[in-house]
Amino acid sequence: MLEKALTGDKKYWGWIGFLLLLITVGFGAYLRQYTEGLTMTGLSRDVSWGFYIAQLTYLVGVAASGVMLVMPYYLHDHKAFGKITILGEFMAVAAITMCLLFVLVDLGQPMRMMNMIIHPTPNSVLFWDMVVLNTYMFLNIIIGWNVLQAERKGVHYQAWVKPLIYLSIPFAVSIHTVTAFLYAGLPGRHFWLTAIMAPRFLAGAFCAGPSILLLIVFFLRKFTSFDAGQKAIRSLAVIITYAMILNVFFLLLELFTAFYSQVPGHMHAFTYLFVGLHGGYNMVPVMWASVILAVIVLVLLIPAKFRNNDKILVPALIMLVLSTWLEKGVALVVTGFIPNPLEHVNEYLPTLNELVISVGVYAVGALIVTVLYKIAIDVKAEVGDVAH
Amino acid sequence: MKNDRRHFLKAAGVATIGLAATATAAEAGIADSALELVFGPKGAAPYADAKTATRWGMVVDTRKLNAESMEKLIEACNHAHNIPKLPLRKPHDKFNKDEIKWIWEEEFENAFPGQMNEKLPPKITQNEVLVLCNQCASPACVRVCPTKATFQRADGIVMMDFHRCIGCRFCMAACPYGSRSFNFKDPRKDGAIAETNPEFPTRMKGVVEKCNFCAERLAKGLDPACVEACEHGEMVFGDLNDPESEINKVLRNNYTIQRKPEAGTKPQVYYIV
Amino acid sequence: MYDSGKIITGLVIFVALFASPFILNVGGVAPAAPQPSLDTPAIKDMETPVCVRDNMQQNHMQVLDLWRDSVVRKANRTAPGINGQLYEMSLSNTCMDCHSNKAEFCDRCHTYAAVDPYCWDCHVEPPKEGTES
Repeated sequence: MLEKALTGDKKYWGWIGFLLLLITVGFGAYLRQYTEGLTMTGLSRDVSWGFYIAQLTYLVGVAASGVMLVMPYYLHDHKAFGKITILGEFMAVAAITMCLLFVLVDLGQPMRMMNMIIHPTPNSVLFWDMVVLNTYMFLNIIIGWNVLQAERKGVHYQAWVKPLIYLSIPFAVSIHTVTAFLYAGLPGRHFWLTAIMAPRFLAGAFCAGPSILLLIVFFLRKFTSFDAGQKAIRSLAVIITYAMILNVFFLLLELFTAFYSQVPGHMHAFTYLFVGLHGGYNMVPVMWASVILAVIVLVLLIPAKFRNNDKILVPALIMLVLSTWLEKGVALVVTGFIPNPLEHVNEYLPTLNELVISVGVYAVGALIVTVLYKIAIDVKAEVGDVAH
Repeated sequence: MKNDRRHFLKAAGVATIGLAATATAAEAGIADSALELVFGPKGAAPYADAKTATRWGMVVDTRKLNAESMEKLIEACNHAHNIPKLPLRKPHDKFNKDEIKWIWEEEFENAFPGQMNEKLPPKITQNEVLVLCNQCASPACVRVCPTKATFQRADGIVMMDFHRCIGCRFCMAACPYGSRSFNFKDPRKDGAIAETNPEFPTRMKGVVEKCNFCAERLAKGLDPACVEACEHGEMVFGDLNDPESEINKVLRNNYTIQRKPEAGTKPQVYYIV
Repeated sequence: MYDSGKIITGLVIFVALFASPFILNVGGVAPAAPQPSLDTPAIKDMETPVCVRDNMQQNHMQVLDLWRDSVVRKANRTAPGINGQLYEMSLSNTCMDCHSNKAEFCDRCHTYAAVDPYCWDCHVEPPKEGTES
């Protein structure tokens, strides 16, 4: 089926060329970081994880969100998702690839990466994160590819794929849970030391991931022959709405615990986020932007009248992605380090080189999504599944 | 019949391989090499005069510390471990973001955030204290390390294996004391190490480091560099499990506190304030 | 065969590129493998010049690997040499005490074999001969 990715019009090849250019530039920036060290980033002794690990966190959510299609379709026989399940699976593949690349560019000694396998350490959450991320990625590649190939041949997919599909459901939950455990089990970081870290991650994932997917679906409907169908779009919009409500609700729970209890350690990070702390204000605009966008999104998504109007739904989804990204893909990781364990406020801002590398990684993800979606859509066009 | 023959052939094959392996092993000392791979170099042992303990610990007597003595102790450590001195990048910077610290000065309220109150006597709160790795008995950094590059020795010292560290910095996120530093760049660059101590390696970029209670000096029967630099017993170092040790006498006769005991990491560095 | 012209041209270019190192070196003679120099004052002073371990030229990587795990992780810092005497397992301090000529002892072969071990990124090199410190 891979040959489908090798034929396309000028726009397709232009886009591929553009992505390859971004990847090359990002790789060049990475070579600089590789020779000079992570001093090329804005990271410091106090804020030792930053933009890269924040992207990992966000993208794990995007990857996990595939389950919001797989579960209704395979478990509850929600036929409307039949056509877009493959899109969710292939998006998960791209998202996990980006996750692994973001970990790689964050390592001080990337050449020693295999030490995690040579010296496996089950008491480290990072070890388990590696295990579940890789397993989930391979599950999605195998399932997506086999189901698509079966569809092309006009047969039902093979029986051995079914157990893998069931397995992928708990694995989707596990990748984001384990990633939350990276943070939620650390004794000195009050901001992260919360039992609802994993539920917060999952709620954020289940609204942000499907939103990105739905935006892609709208894009495909406009520019290609692929139409996901009204029913699928409406169902997904409802899922997104409920997940977003939970996401905002969980954040309010955190705020209640911190400020009603008045425990200083619990309040510091939230104070830093919303009004600044000891002269550090970098995250204040980010957090308020996220909150304001979230409120607008809820207003636009909860009433069915608005939600069912594509002209309102699309901008609402864009704002939702932006809002959750600002919260999970920027603020959440950095704020865990502020104030530092000695209660000093030393802030962090990513450097240009760091951002260029990140754009390069996102371009790799976009390239994978493009190629895989191209194959999926061409196969579906071939078997006549797209025409209505 | 057929089955029997197959079994026979299998057994014969295994036996041949086994014999061959034993013969070659004996010839080339492979058995020895294999043993060394598992148990380490043949006959390896600590130095005869190494300082040993079942639980190393330290008492820092902040009453005896002053700006001058603290600087001296810090300098002793920095020199012993080839710690680079990185200048501020811009004049108004508070610190260099790439800095490396093993032992350094902090205000009382920063070292003991949960134990600060406004009515404490100024002589306590105005004194700076020395902070270093707590060599926790239940170290969070060791728990999170994905490669066992940071590990706990039987005598309680939490060590770094610079050869194995992949630089993921999970340990830095896990440490509740901010005791760990990362080599954001090559520490040898720009002459940041004024005078290299040939007895201890420098580090390479991309690995995490921290205080190791001078394991390399204990191995040779010496006290930690900072303890050795003390003139008036500002720091007491010894075996916490030995009731007769000096450190236990000091602990019995003084009221001591620990940094963030609520973190549950069981610090092995005690402070007299 | 479809597009046979293009395919064959492509194959020829590929084979030519792939084989170019061999083709360009036809008739050439490989430089002799250098031998590590043992010409240092410490080794000359020894009555019977033997190393701490056997077969070091073949095995030094494995030995150094064993040593570093033993020293760092097991705190066993000494091991008997082949003469039974205890040695400190230290690259900078034991090996280089005798082999103080890093350029002739280490670098020459490593350069020849195109390997770039990062020992010296951290471990302190012995002072260059002649520059007494």
